[in-house]
Amino acid sequence: MNLTTALARFLIFPGLLFAVPAAWFFLWVERKAVALMQGRVGPPFMQPLFDFVKLLGKSTPPRSGLAGLLMRAWPLIAVSAAAGAVGLLPVLPASGGFEGDLILLLALLELPSMCIIAAGFSSRSIFGEIGSAREAVLSVSYNVVFLLAIVSVAASQHTFRLEAMAQLPSTPLLWIGVLAILVCLPAKLHLNPFSLPNAEQEIYSGPMTEYAGPELAMWELSHGLEWVAATGLVATLVAPHITIGWLAACVFVAISFAVVLLLSVIASATARIAIDSTVRFYWQCTLIFAGLVAVVAISTPLLLRFRP
Amino acid sequence: MGETMNLWKRMMCYCRRRSPWLFHMNSGSCNGCDIELVASLTPRYDAEQLGVRLEGSPRHADILCITGPVTRNAVGAIKTVYGQVCGPKAVVAIGSCPATTNVFIDSRTLDGPLDKHIPVDVYVPGCPPRPDAIIQGVAKAAAILAERAARNESAIEPVAEPATESTTGEVQQ
Repeated sequence: MNLTTALARFLIFPGLLFAVPAAWFFLWVERKAVALMQGRVGPPFMQPLFDFVKLLGKSTPPRSGLAGLLMRAWPLIAVSAAAGAVGLLPVLPASGGFEGDLILLLALLELPSMCIIAAGFSSRSIFGEIGSAREAVLSVSYNVVFLLAIVSVAASQHTFRLEAMAQLPSTPLLWIGVLAILVCLPAKLHLNPFSLPNAEQEIYSGPMTEYAGPELAMWELSHGLEWVAATGLVATLVAPHITIGWLAACVFVAISFAVVLLLSVIASATARIAIDSTVRFYWQCTLIFAGLVAVVAISTPLLLRFRP
Repeated sequence: MGETMNLWKRMMCYCRRRSPWLFHMNSGSCNGCDIELVASLTPRYDAEQLGVRLEGSPRHADILCITGPVTRNAVGAIKTVYGQVCGPKAVVAIGSCPATTNVFIDSRTLDGPLDKHIPVDVYVPGCPPRPDAIIQGVAKAAAILAERAARNESAIEPVAEPATESTTGEVQQ
């Protein structure tokens, strides 16, 4: 991947020029789906844009010293990490990539949640600290399944290239992996039933409690970009291999949209569960997933050997 | 250049009107108005169509909705929370209590009405007011906030200070 294609991917497609409107669109889809499920009309189509512009025009409380500097830095780091993660997704066929870009993608996907943890603690608000502690516990529990799923799919192909992951044949292992990733996404995107870090009505706004104005706008944007990146990862794994560029892009957007709808419907149909139940749930998922992978890994060569 | 700035200002004004985020504060209310405020977000009234969101933190809010006749204990909290809301901001007094202290008038445990302590932009009278009246009050406050912010864009008041300004919109519902 040379510099021009890298820049084009980061800035145009599937990078910033595509990802920012897509982020706002997905945020709207989430709110609209929840509203429709509750029998309401819901917000207008441009609502996330209105919110973003309005937040840019608000003032922020004066902050001084290193803590103030850090509080301004965390949302910017989160936005750039999430945008970079979207830019790495191999949407277009033969778009390049490099050995090990899957590991970079996983790191960039994890960075916004690290920033949220750090932001809550550096805000020195008690609600922020509770939210950050919850986010940390949540991240430790769901990431085991999430990483195990992706690494086992990648290991079955002996590669850490995203390009190769996108062209995987549809094996039982791939589908188990996608299922495990889907189970983890509500926790990664702070949706019900795992909306513990930002639990409204419970700990105010969690790590975001002290944020205002443009900084909050950046957090909203990074949340939207996380939506695009996380659903895009599922879309990359699931999408059939298509060589025509625009068709591949359309399929990518369609699958991402379907995943957003699925997650929003689950979010509006469930209530928040307690932190200990969440941790237990994800560790049970880890055990089940590991068992399934072991069964598949042992049975596939056996089945191949006894095939008539 | 001037044209672009003008366009940006108009867009900002429009977005402020279309995205009022509320922070709800109870200053000793009987819970009647609080229930009605929440009812305005339910499927029957659905204030989210106007972009209304009930926020958990005063830092995120544009409009401070205050219910209750302002007890002595609540005065400090009201001033703190008003200071924590980042500008531009507006205040909506929900119910008859914050406007006049209602049936609790002359009580020695009260230090009301609300506009003794912070500037109030919109009064929504009623005991309790209906959810549609509350939605209308919030929409009016959002319009006032957008216009006022557009008028003195250069001088957004500093945040995290107790109320010192004395400009009251005094829009009677």
